[in-house]
Amino acid sequence: MSSVTVTEAPTGSELLLSTSPHLHSRWTTKQIMWFVVLALVPCVISAVVYFGFYQLVVVATAVVFAVGTEALIQSLMKKPVTVTDGSAVITGLLLGLIVPPNFSLVFTALGSVFSIAIGKMVFGGLGFNIFNPALVGRAFLQAAFPVAITTWTIPHFAVDAVSKATPLAALKFDHVATGLSPLFVGNVGGSLGETSAIAVLLGGIFLLVTGVANWRIPAAMITGVIVFGGGLWLLDPAAPDPVFHLFAGGFLFAAMFMATDMVTSPVTGTGMWIYGLGISLVLVLIRVYGGLPEGVMYSILFMNAFVPLINRYTQPRIFGEGQA
Amino acid sequence: MKKQVSLSKEYAKGLWDQNPVFKQVLGMCPTLAVTVSAMNGIAMALATTFVLVFSSFIISLIRKLIPSQVRIASYIVIIATFVTIVDLVMRAQFPDLSKALGPYIPLIVVNCVILGRQEAFAAKNNPLRSVLDALGMGTGFMLALASLGGIREIIGSRTLLGMQVLPDAFEPWLVMILPAGAFLTLGLMMGFLNSLVERRKRRDEAAVLAQHMRTPAAAMLEGQEG
Repeated sequence: MSSVTVTEAPTGSELLLSTSPHLHSRWTTKQIMWFVVLALVPCVISAVVYFGFYQLVVVATAVVFAVGTEALIQSLMKKPVTVTDGSAVITGLLLGLIVPPNFSLVFTALGSVFSIAIGKMVFGGLGFNIFNPALVGRAFLQAAFPVAITTWTIPHFAVDAVSKATPLAALKFDHVATGLSPLFVGNVGGSLGETSAIAVLLGGIFLLVTGVANWRIPAAMITGVIVFGGGLWLLDPAAPDPVFHLFAGGFLFAAMFMATDMVTSPVTGTGMWIYGLGISLVLVLIRVYGGLPEGVMYSILFMNAFVPLINRYTQPRIFGEGQA
Repeated sequence: MKKQVSLSKEYAKGLWDQNPVFKQVLGMCPTLAVTVSAMNGIAMALATTFVLVFSSFIISLIRKLIPSQVRIASYIVIIATFVTIVDLVMRAQFPDLSKALGPYIPLIVVNCVILGRQEAFAAKNNPLRSVLDALGMGTGFMLALASLGGIREIIGSRTLLGMQVLPDAFEPWLVMILPAGAFLTLGLMMGFLNSLVERRKRRDEAAVLAQHMRTPAAAMLEGQEG
């Protein structure tokens, strides 16, 4: 991912100096960001289909406040306003898609402001943040308004048995398992964008094919869930099976859109595998042994903190340097 | 050390220039742990100030009698004496506050603001200066804890000093009265205050620089013209 360099096109004969590696990406930061926005469209559609038109207002609020906050802070700090690069739009979209249905607009706006201000601008803006901004906002909302953020609305055409809460909560607190097919199409309770595996996979595969998201991270996360989740399930059949782990909650959404954030994930191939496997391990531990039904958010934030360390220890040896 | 600063400065430096929380970043444990409300912050700061002033006074009085090998142990004994007084008085007179502050009152014994002032100041200065220094540090600590507690109380539970200040329509942010809220508020306050200081310093430096730049250049110009 180090191949993404943001440089202005040289005008005339000026000499452009930059530090190595001198790798070029096929796309600019701007193009990459708008690809991600495009990939999130199916999730927005599934949110509207399952939970109603109001969800579009929630997502729009999140986007508007994210972009507005970034523009405001950049102009206050007398820095160039770079909201057109689309990164704030993505943060807003992602945050809007990981809140529960019919979430208060005031809280959504607050979460967006927090995401951008504390999750991103405090560190110095795009490229400098340690934690995924949208998840920082979500974690803030979870800590600030714990009741509102766990109030789930039933999708339009849900069957009663699964409509009480999210499938993960139903399994954890009421020991009610949810079948695979409602999980796959998304006819279950959950955050706006995460319920429909089809919509998530559509956008995710688009990102993987275009190379905007590196395939290693989702691959490592899925491998990890199968290995760790499956291992626990073999030891204790009461634990959720690995396939349920894959399709329930926000796992797929997070694997495709959250963990693959270029800024907060490792830059080396080995590093990406370590990162993805780490997320899965923490996730499975939280889901099976933790007090919370879902752990995707905390597991990614947790592994975000290790990214600088992972980068450091997986640094490729310089060509020609002696054997270590 | 040779040049004595004025007595008023000895007091005032603790308010801002060497504020124990915002500048020295000492005493973080009580700062973060008890500031869920303005009242708790003020009570904590008052208790700490009491201990600080009296131990500074006593230690400054006997500073020449304490062998330097056992000075820390001696300081702790003296500090612990006053902490015990505060703890017992608070339990008798303000049982609710004492319960709210919990173990943090006995923990004043190991508060690094207090031990730091003994080692850095009271052990080297006369009793009058030591008491003024302790009062200043205590006031600075109080300013920090009261403002931190106030902000967290207003946003986290809609009240200030127990009185409701925000309308019912405002949903309190639970996070502000959780530990995470303490870190967030302190970090933001510290960053904001430091950026103000930094800005003023840069402006002063620029002004000084501009003056220096102008003078030789102007002199040179005048010389050429003359």
